[in-house]
Amino acid sequence: MSRVFMKGNEAIAEAAVRSGCRFFAGYPITPQNEIPEYLSRRLPDVGGVFVQGESEIASINMVYGAGQTGTRSMTSSSSCGISLKSEGVSFCAAARVPIVYCNMARGGPGIGTIQPAQQDYMQATKASGNGGFRMLVFAPSTVQEAADMTYAAFDYAQRDRNPVLILGDGVLGTIMEPVELPRMRSEEEVAQLKRELSDWTLIGHDPDKGRAFIKPGVWSTKGQEQMCKDNAALYDSWEKDVQVETIGLEDAQLVITGYGISGRIAASAVGKLRTEGLKVGFIRPKTVSPFPYGAYEVLDFHRVKCILDVEMAIPALMIYDVRLAVKDRCPIETCLHAGGEIMSREEIIEKARALLAK
Amino acid sequence: MEKNLMVAGFGGQGVMMMGKLLSYATCESTDLNVTFFPSYGAEQRGGTANCYVVISDEPIGAPLGDAMDDLVVMNGPSLNKFLYKLKPNGTLFINSSIVKDEIIRSDVRVVAVPVTEIALEMGNAKVLNIIMLGAYIGYTGALAEDLMMKTILHKLKKKQELIALNTDAFARGLAIGKAVRSEANA
Repeated sequence: MSRVFMKGNEAIAEAAVRSGCRFFAGYPITPQNEIPEYLSRRLPDVGGVFVQGESEIASINMVYGAGQTGTRSMTSSSSCGISLKSEGVSFCAAARVPIVYCNMARGGPGIGTIQPAQQDYMQATKASGNGGFRMLVFAPSTVQEAADMTYAAFDYAQRDRNPVLILGDGVLGTIMEPVELPRMRSEEEVAQLKRELSDWTLIGHDPDKGRAFIKPGVWSTKGQEQMCKDNAALYDSWEKDVQVETIGLEDAQLVITGYGISGRIAASAVGKLRTEGLKVGFIRPKTVSPFPYGAYEVLDFHRVKCILDVEMAIPALMIYDVRLAVKDRCPIETCLHAGGEIMSREEIIEKARALLAK
Repeated sequence: MEKNLMVAGFGGQGVMMMGKLLSYATCESTDLNVTFFPSYGAEQRGGTANCYVVISDEPIGAPLGDAMDDLVVMNGPSLNKFLYKLKPNGTLFINSSIVKDEIIRSDVRVVAVPVTEIALEMGNAKVLNIIMLGAYIGYTGALAEDLMMKTILHKLKKKQELIALNTDAFARGLAIGKAVRSEANA
């Protein structure tokens, strides 16, 4: 397949279309603007609909509505804009409406900066809205992964009838790299995917079936409890969907860990350190929800002296999940940046050297 | 083998386009990995703009690199701001028409190209980035000149009237880059 040179945001947008996305609503915010910009041109070409909403809240609710028709639907934003969407995302999770959304994260809290950061880890993985729902959350570290994960995200959303989040950052959104785009699904395939959902989607009215409802809540307490149990059973089934990249864990004395852009920079630091013969391993969660606890749990802690957590977030956030897996069996050190300051490979290397020399 | 380049200057000087053209050509004409990472923020004409290009035969981890093999400086403020990023023995390409400050480092090679003057002489101030790209390719040989030119022509396919101007601009820069190279080799 031939490769094309694309911006992360544009590759995500194109991958969404190829996966069958035919509705997008969003509101401008840096650094994700190329997603709506691209789709505003691209979606009409394939018979889809692009709406620039009057706000983030309007946009997510349009996506909630479009998703109820079985149309593959998407929105995107960045950090503070994602916070605004959280009510709608929670409604999608409650009503079990499949949607895909994308957070190209920036500095925070609040308006923060418009430069790249990873301050939204907790929001993305633990509480993307009220009500204790969970989602599959993919954290791509290259433009290729961003395209592939977005393409797959629509299939996961449809499989589970649940929102799926792509968690990126300003680097991933704005960087350009060669990418091999996934296959374009034909109109017939996209139509068939929609038909597969026809037992619950709200398209047309069948007088023999009575009224059709999709509701983001249940009036009876027992009914709501049952819904929570059904959701929990879905979340428990995701162990099979965990994705993780590891390097050199078979001999590592120090394990460096990070996700997304930090993970990618850390991986290249690990590569450099290993060529010097240093016993450094690497774990990069590709799904941050569900988190790959198992990758840390199986480490030989007689050999692994320390874990170095690399994040563009202060305070460190993914570290809470790493701690859950490591269970105090070795110290966890950090290499951190925030506010739009981008991690440097050299800093990770220096920190790793210092830890190994201890 | 990894090569890191930073291009910096005023908004409007085609700083991003220079980095992008090199990246596009690398993607389209080689099997190498390449990343283009732009600064972004309150960009405006006359403000500052910079971008990073990394080219490698291995997967690229850090799109900003640690230190630059090559630094292209199109205006005075960028020299003072980014000179520290250049590796010892790295190459500094300056727009010598307007970058007049003293280059305080003696451990770098300097390729001075008066791109603003040449562009004005050619009758179009906008081609200064293509002249610099020519000088960069001529000096470093980072990419075959015909492959670079192929991408420039491809990007101009809807603006046929600009092809002659840009071809000339690239050739002017290329000649300067090659001349400095052969002096350095002599």
